[in-house]
Amino acid sequence: MDLTWYLSLSAVLFTIGVLGVLLRRNVIVVFLSIELMLNAVNLTLVAFSQAFGDVDGQILVFFVMSVAAAEAAVGLAIVIALFRNKLTVNVDEMRLFRG
Amino acid sequence: MLEPFLFFVFAVFALAGAVGMLVSRSPVASALWMVQTMLAIACLYLTLNASFIGVVQILVYAGAIMVLFLFVIMLLNLEEAPSLKGFSFLRAGAFVGGVAVLSLLLTAVAGAADLLPETSDTMGPTGGTLPPTSVEELGVALLTRHAFTLEIVGALLLAATIGAVLLAKKRFV
Repeated sequence: MDLTWYLSLSAVLFTIGVLGVLLRRNVIVVFLSIELMLNAVNLTLVAFSQAFGDVDGQILVFFVMSVAAAEAAVGLAIVIALFRNKLTVNVDEMRLFRG
Repeated sequence: MLEPFLFFVFAVFALAGAVGMLVSRSPVASALWMVQTMLAIACLYLTLNASFIGVVQILVYAGAIMVLFLFVIMLLNLEEAPSLKGFSFLRAGAFVGGVAVLSLLLTAVAGAADLLPETSDTMGPTGGTLPPTSVEELGVALLTRHAFTLEIVGALLLAATIGAVLLAKKRFV
């Protein structure tokens, strides 16, 4: 199986993630799309790591997963705090800095 | 000949999950589609001979992170989103942006195709010469060359845990 197939699949998954961030107004789905983009990058890293026989790519995947977990925890806590105040998860209605 | 077949099966599953996540109206359905994508990507790691990363993907992403998402969605008791049908300038712009990102990435992959290492058609990208990555190899690299980064990630996770508890407490914001 050629490496370019894995890279192309990763590119398509990343693009779907970008579309999710741009199209969806629900902040939780926006978060899911960001996770999808991180996953697409992880797939690229693992494919390259195996193709070059270098274990460092997989180490980087570990760190990406840790940062994704931390980001999800803090981000969802922010969503809960915002929902408690504004009673919405629509990103168009969250305009704290626009008055 | 099995590996290309497995790749296409799991790639179709991953893409179907991603598209389902994008278009489904209920956030719970989006999260469940996302679980399918995570599992398919874990299987792709297995076809790449990176078995430990595949297992960690299932444990951390499909297990911990997606359960956290589902808990929060259930806590918030959300209504269904309006469907994505109909024209708006935002959607047209998003479509143009998506096409631009995809063409950029695929052009980069096609342009770098000559630089990639030679692989055979029947084996994995490893070409059959490299053994599957062992947990031992990963652990040695993680705890020797990358030990400092590991410490920083530990501090980051601790900070994120404390921050999440503080933010989710009542009367904080």
